[in-house]
Amino acid sequence: MKISRAEVENVARLARLALDETELDALTGDMDAILAYVDQLNRLDTAGIVPTAHAVPMANAFRPDEVRPSFTPEQALGNAPQPDPAGFRVPRVIE
Amino acid sequence: MVLYDLTLSELRAGLDRREFSSVEATQAFLARVAATDERINAFITVCAETALDAAAAADRRLAEGGAAPLTGIPLAMKDIFNTLGVRTTCASKILANYVSPYDATAFARVKAQGAVLLGKVNMDEFAMGSSNENSAYGAVRNPWDTARVPGGSSGGSAACVAARQAPAALGTDTGGSIRQPAAHCGVVGLKPTYGRVSRYGVIAYASSLDQVGPVTRDVRDCALLLQAIAGYDPLDSTSVDLPVPDYSSALQPDLKGVRIGLPREYFIDGLDADVRAAMERAVATCKALGAELVEVSLPHTEYAVACYYLIATAEASSNLARYDSVRFGHRTTGPGNLIETYSRSRDEGFGSEVKRRIMLGTYALSSGYYDAYYLKAQKVRTLIRQDFLDAFEKVDVILGPVAPTPAFCLGEKTADPLQMYLSDIFTIPVNLAGTCAMSLPGGFSGQGIPIGLQLIGKPFAEEQILRAAFAFEQATEWHKRKANI
Repeated sequence: MKISRAEVENVARLARLALDETELDALTGDMDAILAYVDQLNRLDTAGIVPTAHAVPMANAFRPDEVRPSFTPEQALGNAPQPDPAGFRVPRVIE
Repeated sequence: MVLYDLTLSELRAGLDRREFSSVEATQAFLARVAATDERINAFITVCAETALDAAAAADRRLAEGGAAPLTGIPLAMKDIFNTLGVRTTCASKILANYVSPYDATAFARVKAQGAVLLGKVNMDEFAMGSSNENSAYGAVRNPWDTARVPGGSSGGSAACVAARQAPAALGTDTGGSIRQPAAHCGVVGLKPTYGRVSRYGVIAYASSLDQVGPVTRDVRDCALLLQAIAGYDPLDSTSVDLPVPDYSSALQPDLKGVRIGLPREYFIDGLDADVRAAMERAVATCKALGAELVEVSLPHTEYAVACYYLIATAEASSNLARYDSVRFGHRTTGPGNLIETYSRSRDEGFGSEVKRRIMLGTYALSSGYYDAYYLKAQKVRTLIRQDFLDAFEKVDVILGPVAPTPAFCLGEKTADPLQMYLSDIFTIPVNLAGTCAMSLPGGFSGQGIPIGLQLIGKPFAEEQILRAAFAFEQATEWHKRKANI
């Protein structure tokens, strides 16, 4: 086994996914098969190979630091799941 | 004259000669959508009312003189592009009610020219899929045979163009998501070089791979639509500030002096017999047009799928962390603290393939596994990119299949994610290398299903693949066949 059910549960916690038992079972099998497949990369000797993060080499992109028009509060809050003109409502964080 | 049968260029000519108005053309496409989309399911949102308003505005602009190449042309947008005031779902339940407060740059550019938005088209959820079966709004069906998939993830973009519901559409391509559905639906699709088209306002899947491109009925239209969207955008830090050539003037009817590479790794035993036959015919056509055919090698091709499914999922797990149900998107109605609200909302809102990729990517980036998976994949990516750079020392363009088989049937590959992933073996390497490639109609299977040819170009040499594609298209009739839907 490349990955155990307990590890899958831990990854789900890291990924903030409240997976149910059926999902955890299915994903354990799927991830195990996919991880076994990607193991083929270890057949390649990559010592000394520079990793590629972006295919097109690019340096930092800067823009002038100037004030520009931005969203109104109504626009910014327009898609909030719990509408409140004062901000984004979330469950209580501090007990 | 059947207006919905016209290509983008034919519509342009007809509008310019005042043979019909943009309102009439738009009505024709909207009526076509209404008549056929129950069988195709290409559209998630149809913008009937706003489309007719935009068409009327385009007609006024045409009357005043001052029309741009896309003024009055109806277009469909993959539902991954943010469109001001129009719902953008990314084919996910988690964004079912999301209405963007701004336009994606690619859409803003066609809109500024006066193009008419017909609607937002279906896709695999968050662009994760190769069959368009992963949509929360139902699978899209292939207009050539509705038992088959249209390909994915831009399945709606390709299917709506093949069904003549729209003359053209924009899609996105992370591992083949423009080229593979274009091939399966018998239309033209181009993935530009990474950095050529702005991704500002395009919902992110895998940021080092995602790119925006056109889906059209023929190569001339592809050049026209690419022209409209290509170029530097200060709002996308990965867009590249290079001059945009005149793509239409690159189109020539022959291939004299063009060196075309045939990668031996793309002509494997597993290649479908009809696909192989189409490739052999295409090679003969290119020779007859004056091209020099050269065998090349892309030796790391077999590692591309494994490499991609680590890099793309890692980036996806990070990009999709934003769907936390706080500022936008689905929020669970169940009780719970903040962490439980995040986790339940995400579990309820995402489909199973999206969860699978988030999980794989989270694992690949997690402490203790990062070097073994993500960093290893990035190093293999360097080797794959080098394969292309080496091949392009010897040739101008590379010719190969887009997919190992024609479109498969709905349900055929859903049980085994790996089998589905492997259908992208010939398209994924191009995204990892960051270069440009396109799919164009190259024949039909014995059962009448389209087969696509892939032309791969050097970075920022879109005009070279367009030239080769145009010459091939002029010498063949495949692109003139219409799906009977």
